[in-house]
Amino acid sequence: MTMDCKHVWEQVSDYIDGSVTPEMKQAIERHLANCRNCSAVVDSTRNILVLVGDERTFEVPVGFAQRLHHRLQASMDAAAPGA
Amino acid sequence: MIARILAGERELFHDLIRPYERGLYLAAYAVVQHEADAEDIAQEAVIKAYKGLKNFRGEARFSTWLTAITLNEARSRWRKTHGEPLDFLSDCEESGGDYTPSVLADWRYIPSRELERKELRQTLREAIARLSPEYREVLILRDVRGMSIAEAAAATGVNENLVKIRLFRARLSMQKLLAPRLAPRQRGLIGWLTRKAGGQ
Repeated sequence: MTMDCKHVWEQVSDYIDGSVTPEMKQAIERHLANCRNCSAVVDSTRNILVLVGDERTFEVPVGFAQRLHHRLQASMDAAAPGA
Repeated sequence: MIARILAGERELFHDLIRPYERGLYLAAYAVVQHEADAEDIAQEAVIKAYKGLKNFRGEARFSTWLTAITLNEARSRWRKTHGEPLDFLSDCEESGGDYTPSVLADWRYIPSRELERKELRQTLREAIARLSPEYREVLILRDVRGMSIAEAAAATGVNENLVKIRLFRARLSMQKLLAPRLAPRQRGLIGWLTRKAGGQ
């Protein structure tokens, strides 16, 4: 299987997830070995997703958990589950 | 644990939801993009889950069920605030659009420790904010919360194929928005400007 750059881009998301077929994976990796631009696309996408998924990128407001359980308790005091 | 809660050990519900607190906040934030609203939505969702616990059938994971309640609450809040439904795309519309990445000559890996810099965290959040809500949802569920495609589909109420399409577009959009700003040359320039501004 021979792939052009556009075909590789279409598979980037599935490739990162590891959900492409073994044949597709091989074809993508053959292309990446010879295409600096597509390697940069895959590397940058994967890197950006790692950063986005880091706990520091999205922090919950200070005191969030305490306020959540406080309000939940008030509701629980008023009614049984499913009531 | 759910059976025990329903049998009267109410306090256990606190322990049941504790592992999912952050995830619920993020799911709500993905839709409304407002901290105080997202917190309020997460609280409402947890209370709804408590009140509706007997309706949980176990067909999905508890976390997925809880996330679906949160997303519905968030979408409802969005409609009330904006006076219009979220612009959810139909299957037909999903097939349109041009999604190509930003093509770079090279990429130098940015280690996670760089997230200590506030400006990087802010840049990432701003890029996510620019995605449409349905793309933000799947990106947050899959790449921030680590849900599987099947779980994200169950939580958002769309089929797995649509989740994969939205995820592909969300990820490529993030690359297109961020890669040029974070590419080695730009990072070198930003670092130089930062050092200059700091008088170093």
